[in-house]
Amino acid sequence: MSRAVGAGEQVRALVGLQLALERRTGEALLVVAPFGAVALLLLPMAVGTDVPLLRQVGPGFYWLVVLLFGVMLTVRHSAEDGPGPRALLAQCGVDPVARALARVVADAVLLLAFQLLLAPVAVALYDPRIPGWPALLLVLPLVAVGLAALGALAGAVSAGVPGRAVLGPLLVVPLAVPLLLGATQVIEAAKYARAPWPWLVLMGLAGLLALLATVLTARALEEAG
Amino acid sequence: MPEPLHALTGRASRPAQGPVAVVESVRVDIAGTPVLRGLDLRLEAGEVVGLLGPNGSGKSTLLRMLAGLIPPAGGRCRVLGADISADGAAGRAARAAVRTSVTLIGHQPALYPQLELGENLRLVARLTGRDETDATAALESVGLAAATHRRADQCSHGMLRRADLARALLTEPHLLLLDEAHAGLDRDSVHLVQVLTEAVRSRSGACVLVSHERDRLRPMVDRAVELVDGAVVPASVSVP
Repeated sequence: MSRAVGAGEQVRALVGLQLALERRTGEALLVVAPFGAVALLLLPMAVGTDVPLLRQVGPGFYWLVVLLFGVMLTVRHSAEDGPGPRALLAQCGVDPVARALARVVADAVLLLAFQLLLAPVAVALYDPRIPGWPALLLVLPLVAVGLAALGALAGAVSAGVPGRAVLGPLLVVPLAVPLLLGATQVIEAAKYARAPWPWLVLMGLAGLLALLATVLTARALEEAG
Repeated sequence: MPEPLHALTGRASRPAQGPVAVVESVRVDIAGTPVLRGLDLRLEAGEVVGLLGPNGSGKSTLLRMLAGLIPPAGGRCRVLGADISADGAAGRAARAAVRTSVTLIGHQPALYPQLELGENLRLVARLTGRDETDATAALESVGLAAATHRRADQCSHGMLRRADLARALLTEPHLLLLDEAHAGLDRDSVHLVQVLTEAVRSRSGACVLVSHERDRLRPMVDRAVELVDGAVVPASVSVP
């Protein structure tokens, strides 16, 4: 005998599955994160040991690396993109909305971990002055959720399309500009004692719109793919 | 007019009486190319139907449509009482409801390659609201108890086919669709297919078995139909 399974339970099961697969493969945090750290290391090598300059551009470069490598993380070939897993989930009656939400939640967790792993590297290399660091406690999850929602949307749009590895980043990067702007400007605002809220609201709105688009198109895109 | 059951529960259920599936003049296009062209088929309760036809005749597409995985582009199709040919959100809801009561065993196993066979079956149990111990029992039933901890991408094709049969045992479908019924299956596994079809029959469900091997299909089905160019050949309906 079976009992009805709600969307919430499906989301929890799939989030747990995706994080378990990440623990097993280390695709996101053991492959993408070291590349991000290497990218952070390359800038000082390129501009030389100009400490004031590095201190000035460090935060912006950190967010750029988070954005570009975060996009790689979100549009990577997900465990669920193969024909076998897609067939399994479809035949288990998993709602495409639940599947999309699970991907957003799991990727957001991974992106948050990615940002936290890179942050000490950036601090060690650039020694930035961050007067408004409490605002970062909001910026980090907003960037994580926004990028994860954009990645899920791009993954659904490009599913089954030849060249999706290229198409995914092309879709996500332009849409992630408000997140990059918001993240850098929150720090700038703190530096000049301005209110960070307008930028936080911008980031929240960008993430919310991406999340809504992902949820509203999930069912139609599932059948189209 | 009472609301259909699937609209209330999100699951398609077997109608108390009547056919399991009725396909009338159905057309299905894949990437703009018509694959099924005005196909008619009726599956009665308790029936096991063989589906024959050359490569490219639309057999797999028909199974995918009956499983609610692709929408018809025209015609009418009711599966387990749900109108899966309806337009828009109603059609999507009907197809979603049908998927939970239909099991399709296709060319490729519906499994996560990175997961162990046991993990795959337990995931199916969890997502379909079944006890996880049933997953272990299903794997034992198909002779894969010793391979529970083996990753799917390290299994042979035959083992994966058996694991897919275990999935069908676990989910207790009312419509079982088995593509290439004999591919990758040894004699014992073919016996498993027969056990499975009998179980579906006993639930007043129906089964469709696709095979290129007419002689091996004959003892397993009640009748056979042949598909050519996306339509049933009228004279092909036969009792083997």
